[in-house]
Amino acid sequence: MKLNPKDYAHMVSRASPPSPVMRDCLWAFFVGGGICLLGEVLRRFFLAWYDPAMAGTLTSIALIGLSAVCTVPGWYQKLAAKAGAGTLVPITGFANSVVSPAMEFKAEGWVTGVGARIFGIAGPVIAYGTAASAVWGLLYWLVGKVG
Amino acid sequence: MNYLWAFVVGGAICVVGQLLIDYTSLTPARILTGYVVMGVILSAAGVYKPLADFAGAGASVPLLGFGHLLAQGVRQAVDQCGLPGVFTGGLTAAAGGIAASLLFALLAALVGKSKDQN
Amino acid sequence: MVLRRRDTLLFETPPVIAAWAAAGGKKESEGPLASGFACLTQQADFSGEGCKNWEQAESLLQRKAADACLRKAGISKKEIDLAFAGDLQAQCTASNYTMRGLGMPFAGVYGACSTMAETLGLAACFAATGMARQVLAMTSSHFCAAERQFRTPLEYGAKRTPTAQWTATAAGACLLRGPGQQGVPVRSVTFGRVQDYQVRDINNMGAAMMPAAAATLLRYFTATHTAPTDFDAIFTGDLGEVGSALLREQMEKEGVPLPNHRDCGCLLYDTAAQNVQAGGSGAGCSAAVLCAHILPKLQTGAYRRVLFAATGALMSQTTFLQGESIPSIAHCVELGGGDRQ
Repeated sequence: MKLNPKDYAHMVSRASPPSPVMRDCLWAFFVGGGICLLGEVLRRFFLAWYDPAMAGTLTSIALIGLSAVCTVPGWYQKLAAKAGAGTLVPITGFANSVVSPAMEFKAEGWVTGVGARIFGIAGPVIAYGTAASAVWGLLYWLVGKVG
Repeated sequence: MNYLWAFVVGGAICVVGQLLIDYTSLTPARILTGYVVMGVILSAAGVYKPLADFAGAGASVPLLGFGHLLAQGVRQAVDQCGLPGVFTGGLTAAAGGIAASLLFALLAALVGKSKDQN
Repeated sequence: MVLRRRDTLLFETPPVIAAWAAAGGKKESEGPLASGFACLTQQADFSGEGCKNWEQAESLLQRKAADACLRKAGISKKEIDLAFAGDLQAQCTASNYTMRGLGMPFAGVYGACSTMAETLGLAACFAATGMARQVLAMTSSHFCAAERQFRTPLEYGAKRTPTAQWTATAAGACLLRGPGQQGVPVRSVTFGRVQDYQVRDINNMGAAMMPAAAATLLRYFTATHTAPTDFDAIFTGDLGEVGSALLREQMEKEGVPLPNHRDCGCLLYDTAAQNVQAGGSGAGCSAAVLCAHILPKLQTGAYRRVLFAATGALMSQTTFLQGESIPSIAHCVELGGGDRQ
């Protein structure tokens, strides 16, 4: 055949339609911005009773709950099919990535399915986030000792 | 005004994620992981706190804010109890979000099941 | 008599496809080929029929295609001498559990999305030589079972890239009989060779599989001294919009243009309106197009002679994560009447 992998890679990239970047970004901006705006409304509400740290935590918990409520009937997936990073990047996307495998793998059992795979997508986020924060903590501690 | 900035900053952070999806071969899982790690780095560099003060939930709701939360937690714990804080600080600060995700996920699994997307 | 010319097996006295049936889900029922299906459901989880999960649902869908095919042929499952079947689930379990219920001699086959052409080709060989009198060839795929196995949980929010393809919720079954009986003749079978042109993007399967389709078709044309215009249509498996464009470009380069090329991935759905990105895929896609479109048209005489070259991508989730490129294969079956020179 008159084909080699290098030329084929060029052929493929020419033949593959690009993502509609402008439309994707508008969706991401308005949906992602909207979720953050809702977060700000909730934060203000909680600030009336709690200190800023607790208000922030309660805001996250409320958004996570809302994301779970929207994931169960399939609304979150439908919105995400259009909003892309707009629903991926906010904490609601993190919640969706925990709720969806929990629902999906119920068929394989509560321990071996739900329990084992609940962090299948979010696990790396927690693992590397914690690792990065520990590295930072160690540096901070060392700087404190030296300083 | 704060509401407007929360919207704009939050939206802009999501647009950066969308550009990464459209222009690179990074998968969503990698982007999320990258965002959290980047949040820790930006927080450690002292850049993220001013942004969070300015944009409120616009900076704390995206996953960069989750990284910021971990980094701040570690820093406070090290201030309070020294070296052990390296281990306890991050997840202590993030406990609410992680536990809420887990609990709501279990509840969702109890009441729901996955549906056909057709 | 079977004649071998290079990779192509020519049946001097061709076996026939005596009966066929396609089963499909909701999206397939909204597609352009809906009228050709023997069985369509709006509830592809089959929870009303006792299925507890998507894997069971796929098995039942395959069973429905098999039952409809046997009904059309007017025979019972006991009269089947051998069945070739396969699917996309790990260890081909959809077919295994279908066969548990059917209880016929069974040889499991894995060819990813090329499975329909592969089982059809094997069944034709057995029927042509008299090693089996009535042979079943079938396959299935289910969007939900594939999604949860290969991609992400169904309720996980993710945007699909424009080159991605939609796994069909569909099954197809064909009953083959020996030479001289009523049905659509199988003239030749060409089993493909694995091709790998270093495509690594699992969201662009059409591009990964195109070289396999081109290689098998070229081998077939060389071996049989035929040209694409000798056929009413040349069907490829599920290359989708991207892979189809690439195939036409490549065949042009090889000096064998394909003016009558159609792709099953572009036929099963209205790709512009049904939100399937680059088109359909999955073992059930080409199986359903074969049974709901190609075979009926051959029967009525709307087509006289066609090639059916289903393509399959042969990676797994593990090899993908390990950074391996996607090997692919295409098997070609020649269908229809017409005298051979």
